[in-house]
Amino acid sequence: MTNTLPGAVAPLLEARRLSKWYGKGDSRFHALDDVSLSIRRGESLAIVGKSGSGKSTLMHILALLDSVDAGEVLVDGEDARRLSRRAVNRLRNRRFGFVFQQFFLTPGTSVLDNVVLPLTITGVPAAERRRRGMAALARFDLADKARNRATDLSGGQKQRVVLTRALVGEPDVIFADEPTGNLDSATGAIVEDELFALNREHGITLVIVTHDEDLAARCDRQVHMRDGRLVEFTSAPAGVSA
Amino acid sequence: MKTVDLVRTAAANTVRSKLRTTLTVLALFVGAFTLTLTTALGAGVSDYVTKQVASLGAGDVFLISKASPTSTGGGPQKYDPATSTASSGTANPLTGSSGTLSATDITTLKNISGLSDVAPISQVSIDWIRAGSSDKYQVSIAPTSSIARSDLTAGTQLDAASSQRQLTLPDEYVKALGLGSASAAVGTTATLGITDLLGAHHEVTATIVGISNASLLSSGAGGNAALVEELAQLQKASSASPDHYQVAVAHFDATATAPQIDALKKRISAEGMSAQTIADQLGAIQTVITGITGVLNAFAIVALLAAAFGIVNTLLMSVQERTREIGLMKAMGMSNGRVFALFSLEAAFIGLLGSLLGAVGAMLLGIPLSAGLAAGPLSGLAGLHLLLFQPTSIVGVILLIVVIAFLAGTLPARRAARKTPIDALRYE
Ligand SMILES: Nc1ncnc2c1ncn2[C@@H]1O[C@H](COP(=O)(O)OP(=O)(O)O)[C@@H](O)[C@H]1O
Ligand SMILES: [Mg+2]
Repeated sequence: MTNTLPGAVAPLLEARRLSKWYGKGDSRFHALDDVSLSIRRGESLAIVGKSGSGKSTLMHILALLDSVDAGEVLVDGEDARRLSRRAVNRLRNRRFGFVFQQFFLTPGTSVLDNVVLPLTITGVPAAERRRRGMAALARFDLADKARNRATDLSGGQKQRVVLTRALVGEPDVIFADEPTGNLDSATGAIVEDELFALNREHGITLVIVTHDEDLAARCDRQVHMRDGRLVEFTSAPAGVSA
Repeated sequence: MKTVDLVRTAAANTVRSKLRTTLTVLALFVGAFTLTLTTALGAGVSDYVTKQVASLGAGDVFLISKASPTSTGGGPQKYDPATSTASSGTANPLTGSSGTLSATDITTLKNISGLSDVAPISQVSIDWIRAGSSDKYQVSIAPTSSIARSDLTAGTQLDAASSQRQLTLPDEYVKALGLGSASAAVGTTATLGITDLLGAHHEVTATIVGISNASLLSSGAGGNAALVEELAQLQKASSASPDHYQVAVAHFDATATAPQIDALKKRISAEGMSAQTIADQLGAIQTVITGITGVLNAFAIVALLAAAFGIVNTLLMSVQERTREIGLMKAMGMSNGRVFALFSLEAAFIGLLGSLLGAVGAMLLGIPLSAGLAAGPLSGLAGLHLLLFQPTSIVGVILLIVVIAFLAGTLPARRAARKTPIDALRYE
């Protein structure tokens, strides 16, 4: 897939002249200003920028979680606004995986139940859910924690559970918002390695929001944001570029 | 999300915040408990009354008595030998009348179309009863026993057409008269003592054909027409005094509708008499019970209303608390409808929990209580189960409460469904 010539097929995700305002009247705040971006299948993209620059806002819009005031998002070349609400839900459920800024683990429920949540929402039967969930947990050496309560784990374990949840549905793309922000550098490195392993081995597209330059440097491509605008593009050393 | 997973998740969520769920369930418990008991009470009493009416076998019978003299001008009414009747002084508890029926009244009744088999009931006062060489015991023959059937534990009903003198006895007489068991008593002969108007004593023998349960309606012994007739003749001592009767019975068409029965009653009351069906007489008892259960039901409904607000409150807090969880599920593609269903189901589950516990609690208390009352204070009324737990009404109570809980849950559930994933994810 990564060998396909640019332009031959529509990009996985494309943002065209996105604008997003928060608030009303005088306190109106331009969070995204004329942002255009395209993301190809199989690449890893870093969205870099200072806190408050609009990275999370952009990621949420690309993941069809938020609405825009101007511009459009295309998925496989199709305008997302033309998709029914049901189709959008389906898309997020089957093709997107999420790692948010916080863990968002459901307290009081088991690690396994947390991990298979996307499958439960899809309607996968319990036995198959369990099988796939356990297989995904085994990948992160968390199989023995499957019955534990998710909230009883350490920070690093939690983030690995969150990663497991993001990949259990075998998505096309994983959106990760500051995936290492809450972790110490050693644990952070493990999580990073796992993310890039998924990208390499399974061809899962990565969209990583970060203010960590080292993490950004590991990605194929970086886009930098400042005050809601994209300011510079950096291509990976391999020379893959849009 | 599949429905089975929705239900499972909803159930798991309710037990996640145990204290809050417990408090809400408690309120529902009170409502369910009370409603289960009141419906059981209502069912128990009405079942008893229906059985009594059925056992009397007199669905098509009027008990007719003289209407209470209505004084038009005040002061005592003048005696008129043609129309006046001898007053019995005390009101007859069975019919509430205070006058007696004369032979003219009986003729009048016979001429009313729609009434058949009009028969006056003779009042006989028996001194004692004895079986073989037993002690003598007081006994009374219920005036309407010859037409009504009694609730028998052994033997057969009285045969109105038989020329044999027949008697049914309440079961408490079996021991007293030394007859052994109820079934052994059937077929034996008892002797009745009676004093006539002139003071002379007579003895009459009768065959015991049946042993009856005591009931609200027929507390005394029963005698068939042949026996009562014989006793009445002896009692009169061939005096020429005009016949007076406390009560007359008349049959009407068993298929008569309520308006037709009312019309007949009007017709009879126009003649200065009052007619009541057996059901009318039991109606008074049932009205009281209905009133009591009504008040209790009102309490239960108030408890349920409070519980409904409790559910709204519990779930609103829960929705607030789980904003991020809802946001996550929606981000992962869960539809608004499923989120709504999840929270409504949680409410319904709380309802189910509370109502099941309430119903079970009510039965655990009610069944021994009812049995204890039937064996103790209410043992005089055989066949009365004060609390009758019917599966259908228990299921009905549970369903009602689940529906109330579900409806209460729709408000918080709507709020949950309306959250956008992004607000939920940014929520701190
Ligand atoms: N719901 C909101 N209402 C108003 N302002 C918001 C809202 N969400 C984000 N913002 C603002 O938009 C800007 C961009 O936010 P965000 O995309 O979260 O930035 P980043 O992820 O780069 O830190 C910030 O200044 C933030 O305060
Ligand atoms: Mg952010």
